[in-house]
Amino acid sequence: MKFAVIVFPGSHCDVDMYHAIADELGEEAEYVWHDAANLDRFDAILLPGGFSYGDYLRSGAIARFSNVMNAVQKAADEGKPILGVCNGFQILLEAGLLPGAMRRNNSLKFICRPVSLKVENNETMFTSAYKQGEVITIPIAHGEGNYYCDEQTLKRLMENRQIVFRYHGENPNGSLDGIAGIVNEKGNVLGMMPHPERAVDPLLGSADGLRLFQSIVKYWRETHAVTA
Amino acid sequence: MYKVKVYVTLRESVLDPQGTAVKGALHSLSYTEVQDVRIGKFMELIVAKSERDINKLVREMCEKLLANTVIEDYRYEIEEVVVQ
Repeated sequence: MKFAVIVFPGSHCDVDMYHAIADELGEEAEYVWHDAANLDRFDAILLPGGFSYGDYLRSGAIARFSNVMNAVQKAADEGKPILGVCNGFQILLEAGLLPGAMRRNNSLKFICRPVSLKVENNETMFTSAYKQGEVITIPIAHGEGNYYCDEQTLKRLMENRQIVFRYHGENPNGSLDGIAGIVNEKGNVLGMMPHPERAVDPLLGSADGLRLFQSIVKYWRETHAVTA
Repeated sequence: MYKVKVYVTLRESVLDPQGTAVKGALHSLSYTEVQDVRIGKFMELIVAKSERDINKLVREMCEKLLANTVIEDYRYEIEEVVVQ
């Protein structure tokens, strides 16, 4: 399985993402610069964290107009797995691939520490290796992870089981309904503030994030075994 | 040539954590009359005249990029200026 790691000017979790795929997961990964026009040769797309375009104007606001985002949109339409972490999540929101927006953390502080997450839906292509309701430990590192959407959107997210991860116990940033990660209606685009790629080895403090990537591979194998 | 001033603030319905913190600071400086603080962005654009309608152009730019209308409101002022 071949993963694209999209690199924007100002991305800085791209190397962690690459490491998680190539070294821990044992699958193929390739860096793709933000001006690439075509992502057809990839099976999954990863939008890493960082500060694309210096977070100027708003987090992700400028990156979402990068050339590569047209190809990401196409991959999303084709049903390929797309994962946006942290700044990658913010870009997906700005691009309208996921609903809602991010506000500054209610503490106004940049928070960088492991948090407890509850797996709210393990029936997605990103979470099948977790148990429903399982509590996992994954680090967050952001200043703007305070998710917001209007009431109607929240209702829709709940009805469609699009809320995949919630903060467990304490809500670190004031995020609406404790939301830490959501998928689109189709279920193939996941945005999350916590960094699974930073939790892929016990040496890093947790290996809970690795199962997210393993779920993607499992999904891909199952859907491609039919045609093989 | 036009000078366009764009003001972007968080929507009324969205809690503004920065504004809330600044309000608290003003209160601690004894300006207890302050009831609310909203923090936003101010942008100044210099736009050349063209066959395109300036009002429509500015509105489009605000909707597409300058403001995120999920959480932000915007308003703008357009002023005609003479090229130096």
